[in-house]
Order: sequence, then C-alpha cells, then structure tokens
Amino acid sequence: MLTLLSSWLKAALLELQEYVRLQAATMRGAVTRPLYFHDIVEQFEQIGIGSLTVVLLTGFFTGAVLALQTGITLDQFGARPFVGRLVSASMIKELGPVLTGLMLAGRVGSGIAAELGSMMVTDQINALRALGTDPVRKLVVPRVLAGTLMAPVLTVIADTVGIIGGWLIAVFQLRVASSLYWTSVVEVLYLEDLWMGLIKPVCLGFVIVTIGCHVGLRTHGGTQGVGRATTNAVVASSVAVIAVDFFITRLLITLLF
Amino acid sequence: MAFATARSPELDEALGPGSPIVVFDKVSLAFDDKVVLRDISFTMIAGHTKIILGASGSGKSTILKLILGLLRPDSGLIWVNGERVDLMSESELMRVRADLGMVFQEGALFDSLTVAENVGYKLYEETDMPLDAVRRRVEEVLGFIGLGEYIDRMPSELSGGQRRRVAIARAMSAKPRLLLYDEPTTGLDPITATTVDHEIIKLRDLENVSSILVTHQLRDAFYVATHEAIRRDDGLIQIRPADADKAEEAEFIMLKDGGIAFEGHAADLRASSDPYLKTFLS
Ligand SMILES: Nc1ncnc2c1ncn2[C@@H]1O[C@H](COP(=O)(O)OP(=O)(O)OP(=O)(O)O)[C@@H](O)[C@H]1O
Ligand SMILES: [Mg+2]
Repeated sequence: MLTLLSSWLKAALLELQEYVRLQAATMRGAVTRPLYFHDIVEQFEQIGIGSLTVVLLTGFFTGAVLALQTGITLDQFGARPFVGRLVSASMIKELGPVLTGLMLAGRVGSGIAAELGSMMVTDQINALRALGTDPVRKLVVPRVLAGTLMAPVLTVIADTVGIIGGWLIAVFQLRVASSLYWTSVVEVLYLEDLWMGLIKPVCLGFVIVTIGCHVGLRTHGGTQGVGRATTNAVVASSVAVIAVDFFITRLLITLLF
Repeated sequence: MAFATARSPELDEALGPGSPIVVFDKVSLAFDDKVVLRDISFTMIAGHTKIILGASGSGKSTILKLILGLLRPDSGLIWVNGERVDLMSESELMRVRADLGMVFQEGALFDSLTVAENVGYKLYEETDMPLDAVRRRVEEVLGFIGLGEYIDRMPSELSGGQRRRVAIARAMSAKPRLLLYDEPTTGLDPITATTVDHEIIKLRDLENVSSILVTHQLRDAFYVATHEAIRRDDGLIQIRPADADKAEEAEFIMLKDGGIAFEGHAADLRASSDPYLKTFLS
C-alpha cells in the first residue's frame, strides 16, 4: 500500500517536473529566435476564430439564463431593475472567464493533445527533430502564444454577448426598461473587476494550452494512447480551469482590494 | 551545391573518405527493464554502406535513433561526424543533425503539409535558401524518385509506397553527408524497390553520401552491397555489378538478443555456416 502510494507520488512529481520544464522551454522559445511566424498566425486563427461560435453561444445563453434566474430572486426584494448589475458582475468576474476556459479546454485542449499525440506516435515529432526543428518552438510556442492572447479576447466577447443576452431577457421577459438595464450594467463595473476579468483568462488560456501540449507530447502507445491523451487533457485542463480560477481570485482579491 | 553545414577544409579532409563517420563504443540501452542493446560496438567509414539486419524488435530502429540523438544510451559512447553525440544537449545536436538525413520506418511525413512542403521542409524552415530555389530542389528530388506529378498532393492521398518514397526525397533534399534508411523498401513492389535501391547506390557512389540501411529485404541489401553507380562519358548514369573491392565497402551487421551476431561483408554472410544466420537468410 505504502509502496503503491510512494510510486504514485513519484510519478506525479516527475510529471509535474516535466510540465514545469516544458513551460520554461516555452518561455525561452517565445523570446528567442527562431520564431515560426507562419505557425503562430495559423494558431491564432485556429484557436481564436475557430472557438468563436462556441464562445458566442455559451456566452449568450449564460447571460440570458442569469437574467431569468436572478429576475425571480430579485422580485422577492422588489429589486427587479437591478438585474443588469447581477448579470454584468457575474459574467465579467466569474462566468465569462470560467465558461470560456471550459469551452477552450474542451475544444482547444483536446485538439492540441490529439494532434501532438498522433504526431508523437507516428514519429512525426522525431522527424521534426531529425530535420533540425525544435518541436517546442515549432508546435508549442505558437499554440501557447495564441491560447494565452486569444483567451482574454474570447472572454470579452463572451461577456459582451452574455450581457446582451441578459438585456434581451430583461427587456422582453422581465419588462425592465432598456436604459435602466444598461445604467445598472455599467454602474457596478469597477476597474478592479475589469482587471480581474482580463487577468483570469490570460492565466486560464496559458494553463489549458500548456496542459494540452504537455499531455500530447508525452503520448505513447499508438492510437489508443492518443485517445487516452485526449481524454486526460480535457479532464486535467477542465479541473485546472476551476482550480486556477479559485486561486487567482483569491490572489487578486488580496492584491487589488 | 552543398547545403550541409560549412566546415573548414582541414576538418573536411580529416573527416573525409576513409575516416570513421559513425562510431559506437559499448553502447547499451534498456527500455524500463527490457535490455534492447547490450555493449554494441561498430565503426562505419565515410562513403561506405552499413547494412543492419535483425529480427523484428532486435533494436535496428533504436540504433538509428541513437545516431540522430533522438534517444540517449544508458552507457557507451557514440561519435557521429567527429562529434560525440551521446552527451550532447538538444540544441548542440541540431548542428550534428544538419548533416544527417533519416527515412523513418513508417515515413513520418507531416500530414498537415503537402508533398512539396514535406520534401522542402528543412530547406524552407531551417535554411536561408530562397523560395524558388527550394521549389527547384524539391522538383529535382521528386523527379529522382519518380513522383514529380504528386508535388501538390497531401500525404493522405498517397499510397504507402509513394509515401515511403516521399520520405526518402525529404531525407535527401538537404544533401546530408549521412543518410539513415529504416526499411525503405519494405512493402514496395520489386520494381519500385529497385528504384529505391538505385537511389541509395547513386547517392553513395556519385554524391559520396554514406548510408546506413536497416532492412528485412535481403534481396535489396545484397543488391545495394554488390552494385555500383558510375557516370559514363556521355553523362548517363549506369548501375552495374561492383567488383570485389567495391563490394567490400558494404558491411553487414546482424543483431540478435541485444548483441551483434555477425559482422562482415556480403560474401562472408552468404558463406556463413551459423545456423541462425542460415535460417535468417533462407
Ligand atoms: N519507446 C519505447 N518504449 C519502450 N520500448 C521500446 C520503445 N521503442 C522500442 N522499444 C522496444 O525496443 C525493442 C527494439 O525496438 P526497435 O524499434 O529498435 O526494433 P526493430 O529492430 O526496428 O524492429 P522492426 O524490424 O520491427 O522495426 C523492441 O522490443 C521494442 O519493444
Ligand atoms: Mg524498426
């Protein structure tokens, strides 16, 4: 039992060490030459444009359902006009970043793990190295740059359509005046909240993509291994999104307020 | 036209014909507790051909990966092109790899790139060569290998044999000094296999590329070992049976149980009375 535990611990520590090493190599690769511009542009398109639909849909419906639910609760206090406050505060601080993160984990994290994993098991990663290319620079750096920079952009989009979704419900279902909704949306927006809403997705994007790359590059065991890697990447990055969100919130509350 | 890294004339001469290009000294490697190679030592001379035989799983591909530095030995020394690679960092290895080309067993073509982008990958991504020169070189090597009209296809649209030939074209496009072939003719029809053999022979005899050939196909192994390419006075290239001296330049290695079971020339291998070799050859 004890040996089982210690071997599990050892494996976990090794995994963590490899993960940190990959992050360090990525940082180094991002600030030194050679940079593969073509791949960077391609990844911005893949991750950014490619995730737009799913982010728009989740953002919209989340905002809408928030308005519906909080509308009922606020009615009990006769505070229905404040629905805009609740929608914008929860979207911008919490739901926008986290839900966008979860969507990216499902779409981008899994895609990266599957792609790098199949390159791994078909020796394409070895072929890259044999041809004189560092796989971290060629494959990991463009994905990490794109993921880290596109996550906040996608989150802002999710926040925006969420607030619009909330507005539609507020105006047409809850019969709140449009101008009232918008003033209350803007009223609660403190600079600290905006910062929090932007810093979070940067970290979440970085974590999602680096986990996808790490899991992908450690794939072994043929097509079965690729399937396993994909599942692992989604599970690990989804859990990481929630956990990292908590720790960053904790940290930012101490720092900003 | 030389694409590989520049070296001083002195070093070039010291590492030229007749000097060792690959040296293994007591190299051992185990995956977990499974020993794959045990105290393997051999030397390969520049311009020669090394043919590695052995049953499936005997460690042939592993030896090629050790030469490229894709794997690290547990113990032992490996020199490639005058540099010790077994302890090198990944970034130093890139310099050594600039002189090497490898044809992977399953081709390992990049399936997100076209045939042309695959073949020209190294020139395009890792050298300053102008784009139109890269394109010309790509057309040239695809012409060698007889796949000129497939230049803009994706690898998934090719047959297994065509993919193998594209992999060979990719390995040779940057004009390496040492080419490693991992079963280049397995699964090819005899005609195409002979085309590939001719390519290996031509690169060796006309371009002075050393080659290490891993194969199960004894027919191709003996063919490469016993033929030579010459450029006739009228400029045409002819492949003809080599004389005994030239055939001596191809050495066979047979791997068995992690060690070297046989080392010698084609004639020795045919004449061997070792029962294992005999069953392997029959
Ligand atoms: N990454 C790895 N992890 C664990 N074991 C491995 C790994 N790569 C190879 N092996 C083992 O090492 C041994 C040698 O493998 P290698 O690929 O060199 O064989 P081979 O001689 O090329 O065989 P084949 O002719 O089938 O290609 C095999 O038994 C294989 O199971
Ligand atoms: Mg093999």
